[in-house]
Amino acid sequence: MSTRIYVPCDSGALSLGAEKVAHAIALEAAKRGIAIDLVRNGSRGLFWLEPMVEVSTANGRIAYGPVSPSEVAGLFNADFLNGGKHALNLGLTEEIPYLKNQERLTNARVGITDPVSLEDYIAHDGYRGLKNALKLAPAEIVKQVTDSGLRGRGGAAFPTGIKWNTVLNTQDEQKYIVCNADEGDSGTFSDRMIMEGDPFVLIEGMTIAGLAVGANRGYIYLRVEYPHAYRNLNAAIAAAKQAGYLGQDICGSGKAFELEVRLGAGAYVCGEETALLESLEGKRGLVRFKPPLPAIKGLFGKPTVINNVISLASVPIILDRGGEYYRDFGMGRSRGTLPIQLAGNIKRPGLIEKAFGVTLREVLYDYGGGSATGRPIRAVQVGGPLGAFMPESQFDTPLDYEAFAALWAVLGHGGIVVFDDSVDMAHMARYAMEFCAEESCGKCTPCRIGSTRGVEVMDKIINNQERAENIKLLRDLSDTLLNASLCALGGMTPYPVLSALNHFPGDFGAEK
Amino acid sequence: MSQPDWGKSAVAAVIDSLKDEPGALLPILHGIQDALGYIPSGSVPVIAEALNLSRAEVHGVITFYHYFRETPPGKHTVHLCRAESCQSMNSEALHAHAKSKLGIDFHQTTQDGDFSLEPVYCLGLCSCSPAIAIDGEVYGRVSSERFDEILNEVRSPA
Repeated sequence: MSTRIYVPCDSGALSLGAEKVAHAIALEAAKRGIAIDLVRNGSRGLFWLEPMVEVSTANGRIAYGPVSPSEVAGLFNADFLNGGKHALNLGLTEEIPYLKNQERLTNARVGITDPVSLEDYIAHDGYRGLKNALKLAPAEIVKQVTDSGLRGRGGAAFPTGIKWNTVLNTQDEQKYIVCNADEGDSGTFSDRMIMEGDPFVLIEGMTIAGLAVGANRGYIYLRVEYPHAYRNLNAAIAAAKQAGYLGQDICGSGKAFELEVRLGAGAYVCGEETALLESLEGKRGLVRFKPPLPAIKGLFGKPTVINNVISLASVPIILDRGGEYYRDFGMGRSRGTLPIQLAGNIKRPGLIEKAFGVTLREVLYDYGGGSATGRPIRAVQVGGPLGAFMPESQFDTPLDYEAFAALWAVLGHGGIVVFDDSVDMAHMARYAMEFCAEESCGKCTPCRIGSTRGVEVMDKIINNQERAENIKLLRDLSDTLLNASLCALGGMTPYPVLSALNHFPGDFGAEK
Repeated sequence: MSQPDWGKSAVAAVIDSLKDEPGALLPILHGIQDALGYIPSGSVPVIAEALNLSRAEVHGVITFYHYFRETPPGKHTVHLCRAESCQSMNSEALHAHAKSKLGIDFHQTTQDGDFSLEPVYCLGLCSCSPAIAIDGEVYGRVSSERFDEILNEVRSPA
């Protein structure tokens, strides 16, 4: 029997040379006349070890990493096909503490299976949620999701079950399920990892959503910056359709669900749900006024469930194991797990799916191992470019929506970007305004004009022109953005700006 | 393709295959850019006609989205991530190096037509910062030295 070897096809691993490693392994095996079964899995999310190669042995999968093409011959010499000793041998993958101490529900299969193999998906408990859902009435499916306590993982944390219930109870012949896969926040990559590493779980989640609310058509709005996810999603959709898991008659139930991937075109604001719907309709991504809610009048004016990738990808396990199973993880009103994405200046960056409640400090030091540069961590930005900067004094905050909100911070999509003590926070505040100016859709004045004025004010502060007056002006301007913007882009840009100013006044020229 | 053909037949084929899709405009623009590398101005009235839109609406959509371009790109397009995670790993030094190495700024193309340089706000490779992409291939933890190596690889593939 040929040995099974796993080399990730996740774009993070590819960016570190996984393709060349896979090629070198295939070549070396052929040279030595050894039959191998090379599987391109998703990433386990241990990015400091990528490209991480795994070998299937009688005792379980053994990991080697980070592997470079030049080390491949040495690995063969060390009999890595049988888990042989080598400097890069990391032992059993599942025993690596970073991975072992996680609670992987949504990402249960990512890094384990061949992402585009339906057979592999089903062999690893895939489509069990859908099978259960097919036996339930729509309202019962919605109840499971409501009971799970799942809240929108895109950042807004709105209860998913309530959203679904609104769509279920809005009568219309045509309803839609839209997946927001416009993961534009810096520091976030869990949507990407799901779509590249386990696309079927998203497809299954959307199919269940369709059954729950009576929608027979779904769209995945995917950012154009994710070409690898595009390929894997389309391959998985084709396979699911071929096997009757998508199409006009799902698993012989007589119910229909068609699914299509649509590409965005590099506009951050299209991650805002109403701008996304406009874009799907073929227009500029201008934010809509609410109400009407998309649940009542969404895509093409029809009732629409619009959810983030992780929200939808968490549905299959909820329908498989029950809402209560999922709800038993977490703390307070933050139920279930959060795929935390640890990024930036950090020694061990990666994907950490944990029940809510773990503290920032545990994530940064126990998992992350401190900064990549070895210098002290000065600040972290959680929740993307619209999230607050948090100083060391707030590192004991548990990852929980309410605990973050109480500190005027944002948990958002769970991305954490780490900065060491070389960071200039005034510079970061200026960048936040610049980003808002670059990406503003232009519909509302506070965001369109305010962001540009914000860059100018920040330049004056940085250049020490009437600093005290300009800091006052910056606070005034932020107040306008916060209270008068149409959506979160303008409305939350003050989070990074003011948190930087409040926690790091010295960088803005204040007496220390 | 002979001058002064701006890709009229390719544009017509893309429009023809997609015009009946709901919300067809973005898929059509992607199709045209995939085929030609950019969206020629001559295609605007043709798209408008096919979708029963005004030329202003089509132009508005093309210019709203950063990804769509109205001029031909260089042979290779280099995307440098400007977002926070990459900044925390000193992407600004890398960008300065890239600009001076290529002798161009963002949104420009080198004289020899080999490289276009574009900013991008996050490639989703934040665990491998700083990150860049060239023609859809991704590269993580890119130092200035590594950037030069990558350019050489792209120029003359092995």
